[in-house]
Amino acid sequence: MALPIRVLLAKVGLDGHDRGVKVVARTLRDAGMDVVYSGLHRTPEEVVNAAVQEDVDVLGVSLLSGVQMTVFPKIFALLKEKGVDDMIVVAGGVMPDEDVAELKKMGVAEIMLQDTPPQAIVDRLTRLVEERGAR
Amino acid sequence: MSETIDSVSAAELERQVSQWQASEVAEFVKRAPERKEQFFTLGDIPVKRTYTAADIAGTPAEDIGLPGRYPFTRGPYPTMYRGRNWTMRQIAGFGTGEDTNRRFKFLIEQGQTGISTDFDMPTLMGYDSDHPMSDGEVGREGVAIDTLADMEALLDGIDLENISVSLTINPTAWILFSMYVVLAEKRAYDLDKLSGTVQADILKEFMAQKEYIFPIGPSVRIVRDLIAYSARNMKRYNPINISGYHISEAGSSPLQEAAFTLANLIVYVEEVTKTGVDVDDFAPRLAFFFVSQADFFEEIAKFRALRRCYAKIMKERFGAKKPESMRLRFHCQTAAASLTKPQYMVNVVRTAMQALSAVLGGAQSLHTNGYDEAFAIPTEDAMRLALRTQQVIADETNVTQVVDPLGGSYYVEALTNEYEKRIFEILREIDERGGTIKLIEEGWFQKHIADFAYETALRKQSGEKPVIGVNRYRMEGASERIEVHPYDPTTAERQISRTRRVRAERDQAKVAALLDKLAATAKNEDENIVPVTIELVREGATMGDIVERLKTVWGTYRETPVF
Repeated sequence: MALPIRVLLAKVGLDGHDRGVKVVARTLRDAGMDVVYSGLHRTPEEVVNAAVQEDVDVLGVSLLSGVQMTVFPKIFALLKEKGVDDMIVVAGGVMPDEDVAELKKMGVAEIMLQDTPPQAIVDRLTRLVEERGAR
Repeated sequence: MSETIDSVSAAELERQVSQWQASEVAEFVKRAPERKEQFFTLGDIPVKRTYTAADIAGTPAEDIGLPGRYPFTRGPYPTMYRGRNWTMRQIAGFGTGEDTNRRFKFLIEQGQTGISTDFDMPTLMGYDSDHPMSDGEVGREGVAIDTLADMEALLDGIDLENISVSLTINPTAWILFSMYVVLAEKRAYDLDKLSGTVQADILKEFMAQKEYIFPIGPSVRIVRDLIAYSARNMKRYNPINISGYHISEAGSSPLQEAAFTLANLIVYVEEVTKTGVDVDDFAPRLAFFFVSQADFFEEIAKFRALRRCYAKIMKERFGAKKPESMRLRFHCQTAAASLTKPQYMVNVVRTAMQALSAVLGGAQSLHTNGYDEAFAIPTEDAMRLALRTQQVIADETNVTQVVDPLGGSYYVEALTNEYEKRIFEILREIDERGGTIKLIEEGWFQKHIADFAYETALRKQSGEKPVIGVNRYRMEGASERIEVHPYDPTTAERQISRTRRVRAERDQAKVAALLDKLAATAKNEDENIVPVTIELVREGATMGDIVERLKTVWGTYRETPVF
């Protein structure tokens, strides 16, 4: 039997909006995934260190404060520094369309905006991990 | 001769209702079944097919009563909007003080009657704009304020005796308040004439919005000091805005919003009265802030029940004597969490409905959300339309002519009673479990809020909670292109240069000595922290100077998340 998908969900920066990330955490946990939630106000360094240490399949970063274009470049740079190239990075929150397009180019595998149904998030992450294949 | 409406007894009415259920209803339902077995409010309270006088038969006459009279169910004032409309107070904040000042002036030109300030995350969390944690956040979701000079730019040319200013800020509220006081003194205003509000409701931050710096004890002490200082020095100022809004936005039910907010009220009143300030000396300046969301009648009943519960708590639990100490006044905002990105112009309609229930619920001031807020902070165009929505309600609908027009509605009165009963049940449970602060530390409120948020997400997914354009009446492939408020990339640079100039020009020795005095004041619980803070901001101390120094005394708070 396949191992459960391992996910780190994180809040980065000063943003305190945690409604969405907690709904997602519970949804993924109920779907049988191994979920760690970082809690609030983390730095990109803390989040990437934790993701590498926990050896997660998916790193999900939730942002509702508009700083995605500052945070994600830092996360990718840190992952690269650590030689990690197969971690699936996804984003969640409220972001404008232009940023969504930019983030995809940068390597964010999926951006889940407000009102994404919980089951759609489970399905999408499961497919992303399948597409990547076993590590 | 048929009976008149007031001559039918409750027992007789109940008999008629049963008979009606058995005949007309039963026959009709056989041909055309109802949509659901049982109907509920958005907050999960079961509702009946219809209501009659029998449903409110046992209600004490005083509980409904009259507007402006205890327990104020029908409104805090006897004439309400017949005298003056609610304050139309659109919140604004982005960029530097100058940038937001221009938006304020635009809104005032459009007929807005009060202003409300949104701060950026670093200001809310006590970091100066050049701190590494502020990277990318300066002036983005609100205005950046580091020093008194920023505050002066923010309020430049605004007549503070005629336009009341609301400062939407919490863990660092007393610093912004201190800046406001110094600015008012410099402009030679009489402090007792200034009206305005600072949010400063730290307990709901620990519960819901999660903007906090220090541990709960010192955080509440700051609020206590702010209320006590304001009661002595600023007769017309609201030193706290006890807020359910953020509890609701974090996912709670309307009932939880109402009950948890009053639980927080109880802590603040206990803390301030412990310092020897008489309840009647500050209670008249306590103000509230609630959401108005989608369930039209439930929201109205919520507002009416809140006024009644507050009056009873202040009178019975705290022994208040002045009627002004027992009348709840509130600011209201439509529900940002109800806004959708798909078919975003529908947000105008949602917001109008929510605004109408705020007005029928008796709000003292109102912010209506912009149609574009599921994308970014609002544009001028979105804010103008939001303000026009309020102006249509105020000037065209005539709903303002009669006070509490839904008073006496069997349904609204029954739901108001139900809300009161359930609010007091929750408050009793909180007392029995050891009180609000203990339960925040245990994550009790946070768990309740997260549970309802999760339920809501599932109900939206299943369609049980309809959201037009999202799970119903979708337009596949429709464009959601919209012009959003742009972020000016020069903001951080402009902001930081002023902060550095202030730091360079001030009397360093004086600021250092005052910071020592601040630390000493912080260590002594019996002292008030506001006066030394006023001295500090006058001498050019930054928000970061003050907060970082206090972190060395009090430490910081980190929550254990529950979900």
